Amino acid sequence: MSAGADTFGAVDRGRGGAFRRLSDLLFRQPRLLLAILLGPPILWVGVIYIGSLFALLVQSFFHLDDFSGLVVPELTLSTYAELLRPSNLDIIVRTVVMAAVVTIVAAFIAFPIAYYAARYARGRWKALFYLGVMLPLWSSYLVRVYAWKLILAKEGILTWLAEAFHLTWLLDAVLAIPVIGGPSLSISYIGTFIVFVYIWLPFMILPVQAALERVPASLLEASADLGARPSQTFRSVILPLALPGIVAGSIFTFSLTLGDYIIPQIIGTSRLFIGQAVYTQQGTAGNIPLAAAFTVVPIVIMGIYLTIAKRLGAFDAL
Amino acid sequence: MVAALSLQNVSRYFGEVRAVDGVSLDVAEGEFFAMLGPSGSGKTTCLRLIAGFDQPTKGHIEIYGETAEGVPPYRRNVNTVFQDYALFPHMSVLENVAYGLMVKGVAGPERARQSHEALALVRLEQMDQRRPAQLSGGQRQRVALARALVNRPKALLLDEPLGALDLKLREQMQIELKALQQQLGITFIFVTHDQGEALSMADRVAVFDKGRLVQVGTPREVYERPGTRFVADFVGSSNVLSPEFTARHGGMKVWSSLRPEKIEIAQGEDLGDGTCRAEGTVTSAQYQGAITRLAVDVEGTVLGVALPAGKQVPNKGERVSLVWRKDALHTLQQ
Repeated sequence: MSAGADTFGAVDRGRGGAFRRLSDLLFRQPRLLLAILLGPPILWVGVIYIGSLFALLVQSFFHLDDFSGLVVPELTLSTYAELLRPSNLDIIVRTVVMAAVVTIVAAFIAFPIAYYAARYARGRWKALFYLGVMLPLWSSYLVRVYAWKLILAKEGILTWLAEAFHLTWLLDAVLAIPVIGGPSLSISYIGTFIVFVYIWLPFMILPVQAALERVPASLLEASADLGARPSQTFRSVILPLALPGIVAGSIFTFSLTLGDYIIPQIIGTSRLFIGQAVYTQQGTAGNIPLAAAFTVVPIVIMGIYLTIAKRLGAFDAL
Repeated sequence: MVAALSLQNVSRYFGEVRAVDGVSLDVAEGEFFAMLGPSGSGKTTCLRLIAGFDQPTKGHIEIYGETAEGVPPYRRNVNTVFQDYALFPHMSVLENVAYGLMVKGVAGPERARQSHEALALVRLEQMDQRRPAQLSGGQRQRVALARALVNRPKALLLDEPLGALDLKLREQMQIELKALQQQLGITFIFVTHDQGEALSMADRVAVFDKGRLVQVGTPREVYERPGTRFVADFVGSSNVLSPEFTARHGGMKVWSSLRPEKIEIAQGEDLGDGTCRAEGTVTSAQYQGAITRLAVDVEGTVLGVALPAGKQVPNKGERVSLVWRKDALHTLQQ
């Protein structure tokens, strides 16, 4: 028996430390390991995230008493009726249109960049690509938005550049466009749009690039080999396979635009977007139910959007 | 008659690397032509030049007499079966097979009819609605084959198509491919690193080494009369014997190749004039079923010997006397 400790048996009994017994136990009971690993995050997500979301949802079915200014905790649809008043509906339509346009334009700008990075960039160029896409994310969002204010303002860099290149007439023509124009780019929908696209672009580029990265070059060669011209290969092979990435990216750009309240505050007209409406309703106005109802709008819109995307087969290639 | 395919002094350089270096060859219509070589020998690059995925640095390629340089793959009437099959993951088996017809604008019903026909050819009619991910490796291989054949190519290019299959399936596919080729009469250009595959299927074999074409011939020619030491060694692991060695053991003073199966173990009797003889020590014996492979050390040169089943196998370390007929020695150029 005493020899057992220093001879090598078929099974290494070793010393029975507590850690060793624990790791043996976890090896035999993989479900226990899974429970230990997943428990805390599920609790976190469940209680803090889903819980607060649920609280929000419930709030939207309460309403604000106009006389006392207090929230009445009774289930009612009157807050949603308020949401559908023309002034509030305007805010929703304005935000959704902006989010849709920002998403579409971001997709068009992102695709060639992502395609280049996935197909052609190697080594140093690939590193440069990641750096270029991520670098803006390392600096403060506020700083970048204010930088754009300086670029777009009446006395700003763009105006100066337009003068230097004798293109003031073009700038004036753009600003003269009804609705989206304005006294200067920094006080117009165009300005808000430009900054939205700039700020969210990385969130479109990266998923599209990841999706394209997963398309083997041999698929493109096979397509050409079977007689497809480059445009046909793009339509029939590249685009369908990149679609999950585009949809993922559009979820980011679309929902981020739907919820943002800082960019339209700093750059744009004084007309509100959903995020600003939520901010004012829960802050100065103290109308938590209406703020909650406004917050439900992006959730519902995203739900509809994803359902349509799934119906169209956007996730078939996953 | 115009050759189905003609490469004239074709080279492809990648910077300093000469992936393909001055290759000239002609492939006749309806021929089963194998390009054999180790990895990095240039055979796949050669195939890619023919398919049009890559352009030669120098030289001239003709497909049925028409110049191919500068012609993009989608305007060449050849089709490729890729090593990884390259099936479109977002399309069904039927859509994959119909792809070539679809991009050429063949009408729906006709496209479906021809695609089903091609699937029947590879015996996959029942699988037409599956996705490639739901198929086994062998089935994917057949889909890739059907997808290429449905376009009725002038030549079918196959890039190590059987490499990913297990042995049994590979042997079965070899027989099927050969039968299919004979049935359709299409020129097959088959890239492989497996000499057994090349020898058993091809009408002619081209052996590649370091970007160069070292020998072209029928499987029998290449196997029995290898031109160089490389071919002798690569095709069938022949013993490559130095001039000194052969001279010492009753042969001529030239580089020679000697097939392992041509060597026998002498039982003591004298075999007369036409034979060579050498004494050596068995260093390893590998049982492989139909044969047993011996390595015998003869004065520092290790000879491979293939003993057919039924012969008595000497033990490791045993002294043996090896004999071979003088005419089993084949002279090598270098």
